[in-house]
Amino acid sequence: MEHLGYLFAAYSIIFGAIFLYVVFIWRRQAALDAELRALEAQMAALKEASTAASVPEHSET
Amino acid sequence: MNNSAIRNWLGYATLALMVAALFMVFDYVPPEAEQGIAQLIFYFHVPLAWVAFASFGLVAIAGIFYLWLGDQLWDDLGYAAAETGMVFCTLMIVAGSIWAKPIWGTWWTWDSRLTTTFILWLMYGGYLMLRASADDTPQTARFGAVLGIVAVLDVPIVIASVRLWRTIHPAVLVTKQGGHGLEDPRMVATLLVCVAAFTLLWVWLLMLRFNQLLTRSRMGALAVRIAFASAAVAGGK
Repeated sequence: MEHLGYLFAAYSIIFGAIFLYVVFIWRRQAALDAELRALEAQMAALKEASTAASVPEHSET
Repeated sequence: MNNSAIRNWLGYATLALMVAALFMVFDYVPPEAEQGIAQLIFYFHVPLAWVAFASFGLVAIAGIFYLWLGDQLWDDLGYAAAETGMVFCTLMIVAGSIWAKPIWGTWWTWDSRLTTTFILWLMYGGYLMLRASADDTPQTARFGAVLGIVAVLDVPIVIASVRLWRTIHPAVLVTKQGGHGLEDPRMVATLLVCVAAFTLLWVWLLMLRFNQLLTRSRMGALAVRIAFASAAVAGGK
């Protein structure tokens, strides 16, 4: 079982790095979801503001 | 089946195939007579090289399509492929270096195969630094596309380097005498399963990252429209 340490090190580093990359992708996804929620909130606020701005015009006619 | 279901299915298939690959490496395939168990690194080193080269090939293809069509989708695909390719290329170099230490007696040597691979790594490192440091403008995307197309020219040089120059790196898959250096059919079967496992892993990671970059681009465009609409509403009050 000579060189077992090298074998263990190689496979550990490969799987460790792939795991870290998956974590990196997962965190990016969480940040992206948060940005998406913020955009949705902005859109809802915008819709509300545009509705509020158009109500007096409709009520006059 | 939608994209999310395909990604989930790919994730499970990758996991299953990776477990099978590990089983074959550690329980099925016989170790090579001269190198002993250190040679088992080969079964992950070669698939890592394959997916790294496939990634860089995809960066170049995406770059060509981006320059031709100008569609943001191709730029996002190229960026995602460069990132995953860089991960696999780095791991290929690290695994090779760990394998080299007990066999060659050194972690690194400026051999033709290793040097050309290091140049490849530097070029895609440059690509990612360009993308990370510059704003997401069409000009940055064009520079990235050109760099991706130029950098891929090093891939055939890396592959041919063991034949073109004197090197201590073995030519295992296709030997200098022709044929392959895997004498046992179990070695061939194990290598094929490992290649399949890493190909699935690459496609899965690429799909995840590409989907994120595409979503980010679309959200960026949406944010600009919301800003314009907000300004219009504010101006109309």
